[in-house]
Amino acid sequence: MLIRTRRRSECSRSEVTPREIYARRREFLRAGVGLGAGVALGSLGMALPAAAALRGYELEFEPSAFSTDEAKTSYDEITSYNNFFEMGPGKGDPKTYADQLKTDPWTITVDGLCDNPGEYAVEDFISPWSLEERIYRMRCVEGWSMVIPWIGFELNRIIEKAAPRGDARYVAFESIHDPENLRGQRPRRRASSGGLQWPYTEGLRLDEAMHPLTILAVGLYDEVLPNQNGAPLRLVVPWKYGFKSIKSIQHIRFVEGQPPTLWNQAQPDEYGFYSNVNPNVDHPRWSQRTERRIGEFRRQRTEMFNGYGDEVASLYEGMDLREYF
Amino acid sequence: MSLLPALWIGLRTLGGFGGLGVNPVEKLLELSGTHAMIALLVALAVTPLRQLTGFAWIARLRRMLGLVAFVYVTAHALIWLGVDLFFDWELVFYDLTERPFVMVGFAAWVILLLLTLTSTTAAQRWLRRKWLWLHRGVYVAGVLAVLHFLWLARADYAEVALYAAILTALLGWRIAYRWHSRRVQARRRAAA
Repeated sequence: MLIRTRRRSECSRSEVTPREIYARRREFLRAGVGLGAGVALGSLGMALPAAAALRGYELEFEPSAFSTDEAKTSYDEITSYNNFFEMGPGKGDPKTYADQLKTDPWTITVDGLCDNPGEYAVEDFISPWSLEERIYRMRCVEGWSMVIPWIGFELNRIIEKAAPRGDARYVAFESIHDPENLRGQRPRRRASSGGLQWPYTEGLRLDEAMHPLTILAVGLYDEVLPNQNGAPLRLVVPWKYGFKSIKSIQHIRFVEGQPPTLWNQAQPDEYGFYSNVNPNVDHPRWSQRTERRIGEFRRQRTEMFNGYGDEVASLYEGMDLREYF
Repeated sequence: MSLLPALWIGLRTLGGFGGLGVNPVEKLLELSGTHAMIALLVALAVTPLRQLTGFAWIARLRRMLGLVAFVYVTAHALIWLGVDLFFDWELVFYDLTERPFVMVGFAAWVILLLLTLTSTTAAQRWLRRKWLWLHRGVYVAGVLAVLHFLWLARADYAEVALYAAILTALLGWRIAYRWHSRRVQARRRAAA
């Protein structure tokens, strides 16, 4: 459960600049008050707290039996080495341009083939569920990996609440589309984002989405997710390559057919819909046999299903994982 | 001046100027690869620059800059072999047989190695006209290097597009220049 507590240093609600005024602060500055005034107001603006929807929440969570006891990657490394092409193609770009992701207000829509669709402010979307810490291995399709302590809850809670109908076989996810603020989504930066079709989309088969390992994460290392890691709410599917774990979700939809997904659309022969971690099926251009754990020097062997085979292998029984890569 | 990039990479490796970041091996490969690419393009710019400016002394830099490019490409290859793969020969073999971008990169290095071995004046005299043909191999190496970059890019094509544009300009200049000088010669012959 999320409990809002106020630290002594925090100001009360009445002191806070109303959101509609605060949200316009940049326009106001840009609108060209004199340079001197601009500088003065600019430094004042820096002192205001970041407007993240979940800011002010203290995360309370329980440990989980699904957590690994491997050494965790440091907070600094997890938050400064990211793939989040909406903020640019470089690994450091997401942290540098993190404030281009506007998370307040943030609405999440659940709809499609279900009996109980809804639209929720992210706070209300999260607050019914008790949070757990899940320390998962994360294997990127590029050949590096981390061990990340996520804070979140199982996606199956959301699915049960939405009550998908019998014909719903897949869950489709969609992230934010905001080319005005997100530099990577601007049309003139196409060369840097390889013609990717925004917004970022992902999908899971319904049984994959229902699996207890699949979570929606809202925090990382005791803290609310930083923007570069997919604030305010992201998917984490630890047995699949990292790009399946879509960040900054705004839309969850139940559908009948396999939904289109961003990387699969961009390079269908390189990024499959399933994209389970599999050392025996190479990316066409590079090997998936080994990975480099961030913080370690030597490469290590990559495990089938990223080491989660005992839990998830049965989902793919009878499937040729070379064909459905 | 050719040593400056090496110095820069060395200082970054020792932790200066922000160090090598969260994935130092990848960063080291990236930095050395970028500078190898730049060194190769600089070497390929020598002849067009001489023809454009008419300064004959530029041509004397050609051999030295070619060797510099070879040294940077070799350093990049050694980082791949010794640091990234840590001399795991199974992985090396696997990389060389099944990863196309490594294959073209390796092929470019082999070409540059041959050119380096035959870069002496003695080799020039010994091979005569064959030397000219052999050393046009540097154009192939340039194309392979750009392919190497292109095939490992995931979605960011801005950098590789820049190298491809420069290489196209440098090779295109040579074609245009030859075509032009042939026409001039033909006209002179016609006039005489």
